[in-house]
Amino acid sequence: MSQTKPTVAPQKTFAQRIKGYVLLILLVLLYIWCFSGMTIDWQKTIDSLPVGKKIISGVLSPEWTFITEDEGVIDKMIETLEIALLGTTIAAVLAIPFGFLAAVNMSPKNRWIATIGKRILNVIRTLPELIVAIIFIVAVGPSPFAGVLAIGFHSIGMIGKLYSEAIENMEGGTMEALTACGANRLQTLWFAVLPQVLPEFMSYALYKFEINVRAASVLGMVGAGGIGTPLLFALMGHSWARVGAILIGVIVVVIVIDFLSGTIRKRLV
Amino acid sequence: MAQQAIQKPKAPVSSKIRFTVIFLILLALYVIAYRGTDFALGDLISGLPRIGTMLSQLWPPDFNYFVDILTPMLQTLQIAILGTTFGALFAIPFILLASRNVFQSRWVTGIARMVLNFVRTIPDMLLAGLFVAVVGIGPLAGMLAMVVFSFGIITKLAYESVEAIDPGPLEAMTAVGANKWQFISFAVVPQALPSFVAYILYTFEICVRASAILGLVGAGGIGMHLQIALDTFQYQHVASIILFTLVVVILIDTLSTYVREKLL
Repeated sequence: MSQTKPTVAPQKTFAQRIKGYVLLILLVLLYIWCFSGMTIDWQKTIDSLPVGKKIISGVLSPEWTFITEDEGVIDKMIETLEIALLGTTIAAVLAIPFGFLAAVNMSPKNRWIATIGKRILNVIRTLPELIVAIIFIVAVGPSPFAGVLAIGFHSIGMIGKLYSEAIENMEGGTMEALTACGANRLQTLWFAVLPQVLPEFMSYALYKFEINVRAASVLGMVGAGGIGTPLLFALMGHSWARVGAILIGVIVVVIVIDFLSGTIRKRLV
Repeated sequence: MAQQAIQKPKAPVSSKIRFTVIFLILLALYVIAYRGTDFALGDLISGLPRIGTMLSQLWPPDFNYFVDILTPMLQTLQIAILGTTFGALFAIPFILLASRNVFQSRWVTGIARMVLNFVRTIPDMLLAGLFVAVVGIGPLAGMLAMVVFSFGIITKLAYESVEAIDPGPLEAMTAVGANKWQFISFAVVPQALPSFVAYILYTFEICVRASAILGLVGAGGIGMHLQIALDTFQYQHVASIILFTLVVVILIDTLSTYVREKLL
């Protein structure tokens, strides 16, 4: 027993080694295929270097007047925030039933209910916001309202998933206690589940709000309101100083919102 | 000591005032937002049938068109794969620089985190627009945008998981006098690698969704066809592209989730 065995690296079996090689070859082929799809025009890339220089100088010397102008950065950033706020709120409310539906411990006897709930949330999350925005633009026309609807619909997926996880991680004792003293399902929900998960729900909704501010800042590219519209025009028109002003607006607002929301979230949970 | 009777906590006046103020501020924000966004539920109700009409055009499906958009859809995947790969490669040094248990100096981690936070605030579509201007319309611009975009996501996810690794091996390496390089390759990498790979796959899922729409600003992939279909009001094509994207994304997500679960 006192003898120490020399440590030997575990020998790989032949099958394992073959599997490794096959995987490697597949990966190499995958990357070759990927690069074949990239049409790299080196001459054009070299020619475009001055454009890069122009962009950098434009972004570094932003068009300050565009920030305070009517329909300028401040106006459009406010609209962006409004879209994110309303959209997130709608989703935060609509996600509650989905969250309960997708939580396994809410229907422990019929697990398939939770599975269906999780599937629905996955499908909702799958569609990119911009595509959802395009769908809603078909319905209500190009307006910030379409942006609100897009954010509201898309966010249900992620918020609902986070809600269901919060419910699943909840302390089960209080629920059992209430069931034991004869509370019905609604009473258990109201007095045992909600008080426990509400702070987490609010924290998750705020977290999604942070993400949605970023998302809402590009919705305008398809016509769904916010800073995205002037951004698209500035990019198309190669007015880099204006792009710089917009970029500053987006970055400042995102950082401020992240900071505020992070502070509130720390106090909530 | 423990004899204090359990009392129902009274809400002090100050906290009541605080909640009233918070409530009023929130109410004001909602009213402002409601008016600022042309919120009109009536429009939605009257407009919903139009979505129905668009979706109903999917049947019978136009298989020829699905064949047409297969190549751009594959290009979207190529953009996402290359973008995520290079984003992950560039991310490695920054992840280490931003982890407090690898570099003790608050200066190093602080500056690295500031750079990463800055990168993450730039919207993906803006990146795509900038790269289209530099390298021209095409998938290369989309790939470059995805490199920066995935870099931002991977670094954030990974440095948090590096900070959560078991400190035992780190201390052991320090105790036997390992230099920084040995410290990283023998104590940090073996522990952090599985979750790093899982995060790369997770980021890849996000990148597939993102690169599906990058084409709206000319950065290649299926999005460019979506833009054309939208500009020419061919809603049948729009619906087909949306459906196809949905199928591909679900497929990728399922595959990637399966691999991730095997990894961790």
